[in-house]
Amino acid sequence: MTTTTNHARRGDTSTEGSSLPPRPHLPLGDGADSLPAAPPSSRRTGVARPLGVGLVGLWLSVLVLLPLAALTVTSLGEGIGGFWHAVSAPVALASLRVTVLVAAIVAVVNAVMGTLIAWVLVRDDFPGKRIVNALIDLPFALPTIVASIVLLSLYGPNSPIHIHLNATQPGLLVALAFVTLPFVVRSVQPVLIEVDREVEEAAASLGASNWTTFRRVVLPTLAPAVISGTGLAFARAIGEYGSVVLIGGNIPRKTQVASQYIQQQIEIDRPLNAAAVSVVLLAIAFVTLFVLRLFAGRSLRREEDAQ
Amino acid sequence: MKTSTTARIGLRTVALGYLVLLIAVPIVLILWRTFGEGVGAFVDSIRTPAAISALNLSLLIVAIVVPLNVVFGVGTALALVRGRFRGRGLVQAVVDLPFAVSPIVVGVSLILLWGVDGWFGGLERLGIKVIFGLPGMVIATLFVTLPFVVREVEPVLHEIGTEQEQAASTLGASTWQTFWRITLPAIRWGLTYGVVLTIARALGEFGAVIMVSSGFPGVSQTLTLLVHSRYIDDHNTYGAYAAATLLMGLAVLTLLGMTALDRKRSKT
Repeated sequence: MTTTTNHARRGDTSTEGSSLPPRPHLPLGDGADSLPAAPPSSRRTGVARPLGVGLVGLWLSVLVLLPLAALTVTSLGEGIGGFWHAVSAPVALASLRVTVLVAAIVAVVNAVMGTLIAWVLVRDDFPGKRIVNALIDLPFALPTIVASIVLLSLYGPNSPIHIHLNATQPGLLVALAFVTLPFVVRSVQPVLIEVDREVEEAAASLGASNWTTFRRVVLPTLAPAVISGTGLAFARAIGEYGSVVLIGGNIPRKTQVASQYIQQQIEIDRPLNAAAVSVVLLAIAFVTLFVLRLFAGRSLRREEDAQ
Repeated sequence: MKTSTTARIGLRTVALGYLVLLIAVPIVLILWRTFGEGVGAFVDSIRTPAAISALNLSLLIVAIVVPLNVVFGVGTALALVRGRFRGRGLVQAVVDLPFAVSPIVVGVSLILLWGVDGWFGGLERLGIKVIFGLPGMVIATLFVTLPFVVREVEPVLHEIGTEQEQAASTLGASTWQTFWRITLPAIRWGLTYGVVLTIARALGEFGAVIMVSSGFPGVSQTLTLLVHSRYIDDHNTYGAYAAATLLMGLAVLTLLGMTALDRKRSKT
């Protein structure tokens, strides 16, 4: 019991900053929520309860649901045709393409490097490992605009090593890799700590090479964690704004990402265009998270079957 | 799996090299550039009237957002864990929603709801300026920080169960007394952790706030907006570095606070 709570907490530390929830928080539907179910209606005291629930509902509606409803309604202000027209405008489409492309590359980079870093942090030992481990959380704790400034100081116009990535797509990649670094590392690390190393030793003694052992034994165990971290990193990268705003350059059709396009459309007073592209961004994020949730549910069930 | 020494050192080099180039060198460089001209220059740069006003505004937003999030966050968590009502699944989903929404989309949605031409545009004609005023920045920050307190308190409430609360009410304690004496002390570390996350995010939020702020220096700039405008509008690169360093210092403080809390929490 203690180890599982520790892991849940380890996961918790990675929720700070403008992040998506890591695995422990991924709601798996109502079934998973009713863990140690409280006895039903234990302290029902008159009107306090329904009143409280009503207040909470009102708060969430005004704060979250109504704004998103206003967004959706505005995007459909001129019907489906108007929505389609706004989304398929060449510059809008280009910004969405750049966004998805760069986010996908960053997600893959994270899957590989994140797993590798988690491996080194768990299986390797070297002086200063604790400091490196603490460094991983920094991108979540730093404000995104600070991430932008920090990266510009090394890769911007005043670069001491003469690498100029500002206003290029690699610049976007670096910015997004910075802010999404913790997702895969922090979701793979606890799994790697728990992995039963006897199976690996058995594989090795049966003559499997390191690469075969990794591919056939270790990777299948890590896969759900890698995929979940990668998916969260992708969803985060899709909507990112602060870290790319200074280094990205905002060049239409080249480095302008969807969030920058949306911001620009608001500035030139085209709310419908802004709302329509916003709805597309939201849809991509929702679909990503929904697929992740389905996947998490399935691998959880498979685990239970195996036991 | 026994990796050979060369393979191990190779992996270590790749991992550390990636972290050094992506995180360590940029951060060291910015500290170098900030303090390279002496601590005095740094202090001067963060004590200009615009910088002081930005710090004050950021802290004011934190001071408004944290109590609201505590009250409604604990309320929501209690409703989710203890309440039996229809639509619980919906509430769960809505609480996680802000994690999935891009900060810019948050800003646009708020403009379309609270702006002059929005659904609640009537408020503005009554003289209550939400968008491009302090209320808008507070609402934007509330939106992005909404999940933290709920998601930190909820698992603790699950874990402690209701036995003690039932005992208290059997002994004649009122709902209110039970909450203050039993529930609140039990959730205090989870709640504190949620508050720290809220503070960190509120200080650091940029995208959602820049959309709903008028951005006048000395009036409606938060610290993050100050970094942006110094770099973009004033071409004051040093000033932007200094303000970023200040924000970074605040972020590191929260990180340290979280590590300390984590240790405390796993002990109890």
